[in-house]
Amino acid sequence: MSGAALDRREVVRALLERRGDLLVVAGLGSSAWDCTAAGDHPLTFPLWGAMGSACMIGLGLALAQPRRRVLVVTGDGEMLMGLGSLATIAVQRPGNLAIVVLDNERYGETGMQKSHTAHGTDLAAVALACGFAKAEIVRGGAKLAALRSELHRGKGPLFYQVKVGRDAVPLVLPPRDGALLRQRFREALLGKRAAAQ
Amino acid sequence: MRRKTSAPDWPGEIHRVLMSQRVRQVSYVPDAGHKRLIELCQADKGMVAVPLTTEEEGIGLAAGAWLGGERAALLMQSSGVGNCVNALTLAANCGFPLLMIVTLRGEWGEFNPWQIPMGQATPEVLRLGGVRTLRIERPEQALETVTAAARLAFDGYAAAAVLIAQRLIGTKSFGEKP
Repeated sequence: MSGAALDRREVVRALLERRGDLLVVAGLGSSAWDCTAAGDHPLTFPLWGAMGSACMIGLGLALAQPRRRVLVVTGDGEMLMGLGSLATIAVQRPGNLAIVVLDNERYGETGMQKSHTAHGTDLAAVALACGFAKAEIVRGGAKLAALRSELHRGKGPLFYQVKVGRDAVPLVLPPRDGALLRQRFREALLGKRAAAQ
Repeated sequence: MRRKTSAPDWPGEIHRVLMSQRVRQVSYVPDAGHKRLIELCQADKGMVAVPLTTEEEGIGLAAGAWLGGERAALLMQSSGVGNCVNALTLAANCGFPLLMIVTLRGEWGEFNPWQIPMGQATPEVLRLGGVRTLRIERPEQALETVTAAARLAFDGYAAAAVLIAQRLIGTKSFGEKP
């Protein structure tokens, strides 16, 4: 790894800064805490379970809201459980969908066991081989500003495997009530239509 | 000339229900029993057909669709129900509507013993996962049953599955005469 490892909290804070109309799905565990630390938001849907589903929720949302930008922020372990979804997403080619994997090469919530990426699994290469418009590994902070801009303007589907450090960070938890998370998202996005259908 | 008593085109009826229920995203892992319905959904310009690598992807897709203001349906055969179990927490915890249409294997003159355990367990697995099940045995039940399940899902905010009996689809024999 070249240079100091990126701080996951700083990465997510930078990516969600002035988020505009971005719709966000956060994978379970540390990624959801990172998004919450950047500011709890009704248009962030954090997961507490259904591991492996984050990218597919992002796809359903991106297909339903083609004029909005959709960002999935998840971890390497969560992404590994839903690898097939990269192929499914590539078939649909949603131009408004971006996936950021915060890759610390560990299962952080369960005792920091090494994940497959610690042994060399190249998630960006998988995404590219599936047919993503762009997929790369990001090391170091120099690219973060450009990455943030890509999330808002780049032609998707986009995939960024951001190598982050393993320092412990404080728990910043989003609400756990799934019904609340669902409904506040729909009300913020759909307004009165949220109740109508 | 068609006789009045001829069986309705049940895949066509299911497609018409999905249209009238404003289902927009139709995801599937293929099954021979769903062949015609999948083709109808692919040809429908008002629908997005989403082939999946594994069935639980469709539970996530349906949740995302609903967050974005659209309705989804998920087609699979019974062997795929087992793949969905953990993802069903999305419906149970968040109250996401879920409409599954499941063709059954392993129950009516099944030729392949490997289909029998999951096929037989399917209704119970769905029930334990919080999914209400309705069953179609005859072609003329398709329209009302899928309509009822869609209402449970989209008006009742429930997880609902329509189980299509293997007897209706026909038993796969791999070319051997039964």
